[in-house]
Amino acid sequence: MMTDQANVWRNEELAVFRLRSLYRGRGYAPYKMSKFEEYDLYARNKHFLVSENVITFTDTNGKLMALKPDVTLSIIKNTKDAAGELQKLYYDENVYRVSKGTRAFRELMQVGLECIGDVDDYCVCEVLSLAADSLAEISADYVLDVSDLSLLGAVMEDLQVNEAAKAELLHCIGEKNLHGVREIARREGANEEALAKLCTLVGYDLPLAAGVDALRSELPEYEKQIAHLANICRALGAKADKMRLDFSVVNDMSYYNGIVFKGFVNGVPAGVLSGGQYDGLMQKMGRSARAIGFAVYLDLLERFGATAPEFDVDAVLLYRDGCDMMALVAAAETLRAQNKCVTVCKKMPEGLKCKELLVFENGEVKTLETNA
Amino acid sequence: MKPMLNVALPKGRLGEKVYAMFEKAGFECPSIKENNRKLIFENETVGVRYFWVKPSDVAIYVERGAADIGVAGKDILLEYEPDIYELLDLDIGKCRMAVAAKEDFRDDPQNTLRVATKFSNIAQNYYASKGREIDIIHLNGSIEIAPILGLSDVIVDIVETGTTLKENNLKVFETIVPISARLIANKASYKFKSASIDAIVDSIRCQMESKDD
Repeated sequence: MMTDQANVWRNEELAVFRLRSLYRGRGYAPYKMSKFEEYDLYARNKHFLVSENVITFTDTNGKLMALKPDVTLSIIKNTKDAAGELQKLYYDENVYRVSKGTRAFRELMQVGLECIGDVDDYCVCEVLSLAADSLAEISADYVLDVSDLSLLGAVMEDLQVNEAAKAELLHCIGEKNLHGVREIARREGANEEALAKLCTLVGYDLPLAAGVDALRSELPEYEKQIAHLANICRALGAKADKMRLDFSVVNDMSYYNGIVFKGFVNGVPAGVLSGGQYDGLMQKMGRSARAIGFAVYLDLLERFGATAPEFDVDAVLLYRDGCDMMALVAAAETLRAQNKCVTVCKKMPEGLKCKELLVFENGEVKTLETNA
Repeated sequence: MKPMLNVALPKGRLGEKVYAMFEKAGFECPSIKENNRKLIFENETVGVRYFWVKPSDVAIYVERGAADIGVAGKDILLEYEPDIYELLDLDIGKCRMAVAAKEDFRDDPQNTLRVATKFSNIAQNYYASKGREIDIIHLNGSIEIAPILGLSDVIVDIVETGTTLKENNLKVFETIVPISARLIANKASYKFKSASIDAIVDSIRCQMESKDD
């Protein structure tokens, strides 16, 4: 058993270091924030949060505070609008959210970045590219699904249905539920031509470049939105190869607009990365700047590719009261110099699995048991 | 070796019907037809592993990635709201989620409506959309006796033929939503096993269309 980094660091910890290095290398500045935030910030934007439950407490000054359930809102609050300027920030923070399964709060490790200010197509490309690189740092076998809410929104507008029906439709689109989309659209008397186009979009799951080509031939009347997506795809070059056009990525359209994306890694049963352009949230918070960002959910990597080691330690070295302490220390050091992980104790710890059980007697190390 | 496609099937008649559809799609696994108590069956040659699970658990297996795809009733999907893809309405296992009560029931809007159900989330969402104040009484079975014994005013439950309701002097007052079996997929699995999943979806869609013809 080697006591090297690979054995000592957990998957998610390794990912944090790699991702920090990646973002730093692209000129993003670290952003450190307080564990607590005024609750009011989350109460005003609760629909933006992944889960609306927040741990709150009253501070000594009487203010209602919260353990942060989200990082993006704090970053927006603490940046300023300045014409033509752009702030590129990354963070690794713990957030506190309710876990769906247990309905109890959990502390979750999250890494992400935000690009706030004069966000243009170059920034969108850079963030998409960094999202792909972040997934590649976790595994070579990844997929980044990309959707364009401005295109999806334009097609949905042409359905001529009310906002409640649009919300229902969006839910079905997120599930690739074409039968549900058709059922709601027909119930609401939606425009049949627009419905056919919406179904075409929902059916897409194509490599990004091929998807853009398909859009151009099947939905030419939306050329304005498609041209924007095509520009981004062209600028991404080979990075676009592992991206897929998939309109089932549907973040809340009142906060998100334009490009949104979700990343998957083979072996992890849920999306490990999620992000997009959130100009709508900026506007709701009274800001004129534009913004794009993403988060990587490191808690999902806890079991990814992990195999439990066969042994807890290489050797257990037992000693008795009254033995020569100096010689015992030297014997343990000799074993460790052989790159062995050694536990020195008087009694074999219950449940501990070791390759070798050794005993220190009369100044010598003797083998009692070998399990390898 | 082909990557295995893990399929969660609901135990019972519905699951057997669904397996027949998968078999026709080229994902056969003869050992599943053996009369024994095994729960997991696989056919390495075609790359498929089936397992029988409680119908209400299928969505959990799929959402958590233990199964790549599965078949679950729409009632379960509406109740648990799992984060999955709903790829097909299989048009089998059809019934409806309904509000039923004693035949002489009259809803008094001045009172909080007492609703006995196994499907708390569906009932809550339904009455919230109508702006009706309710008190949910969560039961795990024999829902029909709740109004008879005065435990509740109405029940929200699955109605297939309506025979059980009739025999207990209850009748359906409102239909909340029609129910049928749905083919669902884990979102991440769909990214990496889309070839097999799409082959199954396309074949089952063809089978359903040819049946309609």
